[in-house]
Amino acid sequence: MSILVYTENREGIFKKATFELLSYAKEMAKTLNTNVVALSIGQVENSELEKLGNYGATKVLNTQGNNLSFLDNKLFSKIVTTAVEKEGAQIIIMANNISGKALSPRVSASLKAGLVTGVVGLPSSYEPFVIKKLVFTSKAFSNVKVNSALKVLTFAQNSFGVAEPINAVAHVETFNPQINDVPVKNRLIETNRITGKLLLTDAEIVVSGGRGLKSAENFSLLEELAGVLGAATACSRPVSDEGWRPHSEHVGQTGKIIAPVLYIACGISGAIQHVGGISSSKFIVAINNDKDAPIFEIADYGIVGDFKTVLPEMIAAIKEIKAG
Amino acid sequence: MKILVCISDVPDTTTKIKFKDNNTTLDVNGIQWIINPWDELALTRALELKEASGGIIQSVTVANVGTVASEPTIRKALAVGADNAIRIDAQPKDAYYVAAQLANIVKAESYDIVLVGRDSADYNGSAVGGMLAELIDYNSLSSVSSLNIENGKIRINREIDGGTETIEAELPFLAIVQKGISKEPRIPAMRGIMMARTKPLNVVQAVAVEILTEDVSFEMPQPKGSCKKFDSENVKTLVSLLHNEAKLI
Repeated sequence: MSILVYTENREGIFKKATFELLSYAKEMAKTLNTNVVALSIGQVENSELEKLGNYGATKVLNTQGNNLSFLDNKLFSKIVTTAVEKEGAQIIIMANNISGKALSPRVSASLKAGLVTGVVGLPSSYEPFVIKKLVFTSKAFSNVKVNSALKVLTFAQNSFGVAEPINAVAHVETFNPQINDVPVKNRLIETNRITGKLLLTDAEIVVSGGRGLKSAENFSLLEELAGVLGAATACSRPVSDEGWRPHSEHVGQTGKIIAPVLYIACGISGAIQHVGGISSSKFIVAINNDKDAPIFEIADYGIVGDFKTVLPEMIAAIKEIKAG
Repeated sequence: MKILVCISDVPDTTTKIKFKDNNTTLDVNGIQWIINPWDELALTRALELKEASGGIIQSVTVANVGTVASEPTIRKALAVGADNAIRIDAQPKDAYYVAAQLANIVKAESYDIVLVGRDSADYNGSAVGGMLAELIDYNSLSSVSSLNIENGKIRINREIDGGTETIEAELPFLAIVQKGISKEPRIPAMRGIMMARTKPLNVVQAVAVEILTEDVSFEMPQPKGSCKKFDSENVKTLVSLLHNEAKLI
């Protein structure tokens, strides 16, 4: 018995979210008195794989191959289920992100393992296995009981934290499962990567603009603020619908659900659909010229004022702090 | 060619959620039910594809796992333009239960394209699409934000961590779709509403499926403390609070 964690890399590098995922799994493994095995798929250097030991993986299964350069749901799921069988894993954990959401249901159905997506903490009980997740787009939590012996979980980023790294090297084992019989029916034509920008999923701080910013041009102020804070930029739905910002930046019920440490909402009124996407943020600052805007109901700090005066002052004040 | 769109009947996205029976059951009193937003976009795209196909796509079917209470939502999908509908008569238990019911439908009548919304606005499982694909052994693609048929080939765009990919896929396949798949959901016109009344809505019996997960109780998030507000003269004070007290910057 062990806990298997699918550790995803981005262009050969493991990100903080992966370390948090392992920290979370390790904590569960301690209670269950078992080990954490990481599964890596695709081209990653050995030294990078060994790093996973710092966050609790005792072993890393390393699967590399020519056809593993882009996510194929069927193929990757088959690799995961084969690893589960090989390790006798009882709990399978993935990130509640694009690839975790793509793979976990297939793995769950294949193994007849109960699936809980978007879990926000450790199980409240192991026998029976009960774990908490967000439901109704962050308006409530559900305590879900898993009846099956095998369990698949996807973990909501930033709901546990990265553990202090320990000085340990994970044992890297080459893992070549039999996947020749899985026909790949997808052909990658083109990849477009967002370059030179901090991604929403990597950011501790997110600055976000709404319709109140009035034009695409005015987002340059927001970008400047993001720059001084080392933050990622985001927006509300009307902004991406207008084409002022790309859809990839839309946070809210129909866009991305995020949980940064600090969320700064500027010119966003705080419609219930937007709030659903950001309410798990640790700390929320709202800037709005309407003192009755609903965004202030969920904000910790608020500034009532016009963004055109508030943002430059904020940028100047932060620059001063950063300059020490 | 045939398209199946799986639709879920969910509370309107502006609903204030309440629970009853000692927080074990959703209080459905006063809830307006709608087609799950992503499923609605999927249906819209399926209809656009059919209209542009010059007869190659013969039909768009919608399927729902639900009780008779979900029929108004199914009728709405028919009014929007689906040709026929299947309701699997059961209270949805969990994602695996729903996927297993849908799998039965697909196995009985092979569909070339199956479309499923990214997640449902109620239990946010993001699970039915992928489970269904596994159970019917279909190729599946997730986070799909556009889908086109060009010279008989399927081209999709999908979101990846930090970008997008263009993929060519073989039929049959299942796409789990998100925002962008169609611009705006289609609104039923009066003619569509009239026609929907006579379109076929087949009710089929559910099959027995093991329940893998159960919601045992619900909780509401802790209410936020009151917001500390500043006027625009005190931006600096706020920034120093964020720096010194909250230690966020």
